[in-house]
Amino acid sequence: MAQHAHADAPHIDETNYIAIWGVLCALLGVSVLGPMAGVRLLTLITAFGIAIVKAYLVCRYFMHLNIEKKWVAYILGFMVALMLVFFGGVAPDVSTHEGLRWQKTYVEPVTAGGER
Amino acid sequence: MTSRPIATTRSVMEVPTGRLAMWWVLASETVVFGGLLGSYVMMRLRHGAWADQAANTNTWTGAFNTLVLLTSSLSAVLAHQAAERADGPKAARLLRYTILGGGMFLMVKAFEWTREIREGFTITSGLFWSFYYTAAGLHAAHVVAGMVIMFIVSLTAARNEELHRVENVGIYWHFVDVVWIFLFPLLYIAK
Repeated sequence: MAQHAHADAPHIDETNYIAIWGVLCALLGVSVLGPMAGVRLLTLITAFGIAIVKAYLVCRYFMHLNIEKKWVAYILGFMVALMLVFFGGVAPDVSTHEGLRWQKTYVEPVTAGGER
Repeated sequence: MTSRPIATTRSVMEVPTGRLAMWWVLASETVVFGGLLGSYVMMRLRHGAWADQAANTNTWTGAFNTLVLLTSSLSAVLAHQAAERADGPKAARLLRYTILGGGMFLMVKAFEWTREIREGFTITSGLFWSFYYTAAGLHAAHVVAGMVIMFIVSLTAARNEELHRVENVGIYWHFVDVVWIFLFPLLYIAK
């Protein structure tokens, strides 16, 4: 057994990585074509839903989190949870344009295309 | 007497120290990119005009770069598989294919940015473009770092030495891939 192999689960790696890559490419195709329908819900599902599935497949099979010690996934999950805490704590203020004693005065500059 | 690096010989909580360090690096990177993407999303939700600015990014270019990174991730994991079978030269060759993928990704990005800057979309053109160049630029910096480290690892792997590093650098590369998987819909699809 090579010295770098996972300490907790000695195994012979027979995973078909090319098949997983094929699935990832197919999902990429769907995430590009889905939004072309112009349906907002479908765009959200095909673009962001599929991104989560693709990230899951890469983490599970390419990064081998499926055979890594469980607490490694917990550490990474905790970091994602911290990000959600940050989002939940800041978003309420960012998403409003005025409060009791303040008002957001920033105006998006006009771009070369003429839009704000 | 030859000395062995501690990353190879010591195992903390049954995870080799080198790999454990890599996981901690990625944990901190998760917060870095997570904070950036979280900020992007919360700003984007309140600025409908961003959709007009995002309309100027080229979806097909982004999709092609996603394909390139997914393919480079495949060669990285195949390099790890070869290292597990103690085939260092094959692992080194596959790592160099991965470096090639990273190079192609950066080349496409360079052409893309050149076109956008010529059309007047610079980092100061608006909030969307600030996020666009910051997020994609930070990601590109990680791609460059990965390519350099991977090249160094491939040199030792070609001699069948320190093969555990192939897995460690591969884990890093897959993380860079995962970050792009989320950047792609945010910057290129949500218009």
